[in-house]
Amino acid sequence: MEKSLNFREFIITRLIKLCGYSAIVFVALIFIFLMKEGIPTFQEVEPGILFSARWYPIEDYFGILPLITGTIMVTLGAALFAIPLGIGAAIYISEISPRWMREILKPLVELLGGLPSVVLGFLGILILSPFLRGFLNLPTGLTALAGSMLLGGIAVPTIVSVAEDALDAVPRAYREGAWALGATRWQTIWRVTLPAASSGVLTAVMLGIGRAIGETMTVMMVTGNAPVLALSLSNLFSPVRTMTATIAAEMGEVANGSIHYHTLFFIGMVLFLISLAINITASSVVFRTKKRYERILS
Amino acid sequence: MLRNLPLWIVIISMAVSSCSPNTEAQAASALSTAYIENKGSDTIVNLALAWAERYQNDHPNVRISVTGGGSGTGLAALINGTVDIANASRQIKAEEVQAANENGIEPVEFIIARDAIAVIVNPANPVSMLTLRQISDIYSGVFNNWNQVGGEDRPIVRLSRETNSGTHVYFLETVLRLGEKENKTLFSTDTLLLPSSEGIIIEVRQNPNAIGYDGLGYVPVDLKKIAIAEAEGMPFYLPSIESVNDKTYPIARDLYMYTQGQPEGAVRDYLDWITSVDAQAIVAKLGFVPVR
Repeated sequence: MEKSLNFREFIITRLIKLCGYSAIVFVALIFIFLMKEGIPTFQEVEPGILFSARWYPIEDYFGILPLITGTIMVTLGAALFAIPLGIGAAIYISEISPRWMREILKPLVELLGGLPSVVLGFLGILILSPFLRGFLNLPTGLTALAGSMLLGGIAVPTIVSVAEDALDAVPRAYREGAWALGATRWQTIWRVTLPAASSGVLTAVMLGIGRAIGETMTVMMVTGNAPVLALSLSNLFSPVRTMTATIAAEMGEVANGSIHYHTLFFIGMVLFLISLAINITASSVVFRTKKRYERILS
Repeated sequence: MLRNLPLWIVIISMAVSSCSPNTEAQAASALSTAYIENKGSDTIVNLALAWAERYQNDHPNVRISVTGGGSGTGLAALINGTVDIANASRQIKAEEVQAANENGIEPVEFIIARDAIAVIVNPANPVSMLTLRQISDIYSGVFNNWNQVGGEDRPIVRLSRETNSGTHVYFLETVLRLGEKENKTLFSTDTLLLPSSEGIIIEVRQNPNAIGYDGLGYVPVDLKKIAIAEAEGMPFYLPSIESVNDKTYPIARDLYMYTQGQPEGAVRDYLDWITSVDAQAIVAKLGFVPVR
């Protein structure tokens, strides 16, 4: 009896360990595959061409700078919309709204996260982009701005859900302490609850941005996909082409093993490295702030 | 029992669906069913579907599956040997023939219909006639305002299909480069590359600044087609079956199907039927131009 229990324990521990390690293995395998298909680009395309401003692969122009700037432009725009909206909504749901309201709001927001991105893209083409063109008097509504707004909408549910959990996990004693010292509700939220939950809120923001940067279908439908080098803020109001949309639009057509094929994988690699950089920055910041607030508050 | 209702529905529907093809197959088994895999150009996909539907009605022992994806996608599948017939709205490139040969496949070409590319604008746009040179200058970024080609003072928004579209390549060669081999004109970088014909039509319908192009068969009646002249001083023609067949409309092209080697059996019979008067009547009905 004793022995079989030990044996079971042993198997279960090993299985769980395997699950944990498999995540690392899969990420490593994906990265190795991306490298294998993407690295040949360095031999096939001169760096001067690869980091130029013209992307027109059917005539051998492989400049990826417009695609990188396009992705950055759309993602920053999305963050600008999603962060205030997401954190604001999380604060309202967790700190201000009555219990019954919370029971309605949270599932609704999470439901919003389940909207297929192609549906959002369709709404973008038919409603948002004509509206933006008329409202802002732009030549066309298919712009980085339209992509940013929809991606912001996609990122909001993630941010709200994770940030609300973090705020909710702040011990009640912190708030009561603040009230006892005579702090107003706003002072309590801004100076006590939010800082105490900062690591979770930051994680929420990073997850939201990660969701936005990798989104493909919506941006392909509403950003116009023009490979313009987006260097100034005014490009937010012009069409851009993102890395994800480029891979999605062109991967189906390329001949296996061609220069174009390798370059698309190279773009995938760049995208992977950008997400990795965001994640690493986020976790190091989270780690540092956590230590600081633990010191102050404990 | 009731709790398991969804499960039962799944099981029953699986059982039913796995039965029905069997009975169908049994009915046709005397003639042994032939499968034809047909893929490629989005321009041709509706036509290919209409053909396949009619042909399957008349020949219950033939199953034809039709998918789109673009000319490049269809030809890539032909090169990899995964389709029987590739649809293409442009001629196969030398590199593609070479790649196919390396896989032991010899692509054989059939001209199955003709198509005109219509240049379209919003009905509110007063411009109704352009020369090929003017369209080329619009798309290459020389002209950026409609008043440079006799229109209102509005910015020009250029719309194009993605680069994997046969229509894109054809438009580049015939219009932007005016059919000149050594001409290296490119699309202006701010040209919007939309992933579908539908995307172009939606944008032109609601945006008076836009100019786009699409296969004649796909242009809805509420958009304005531009009459085009081959050069300055020559007459302008609207795209139509007549102006394509008497070769007066300058942006018309042949549509192709490619097979792996000389077709045999069911594929040969199908392609023979496609060039028949019967099948070519469907071509005209869908807004394309019949080859006979």
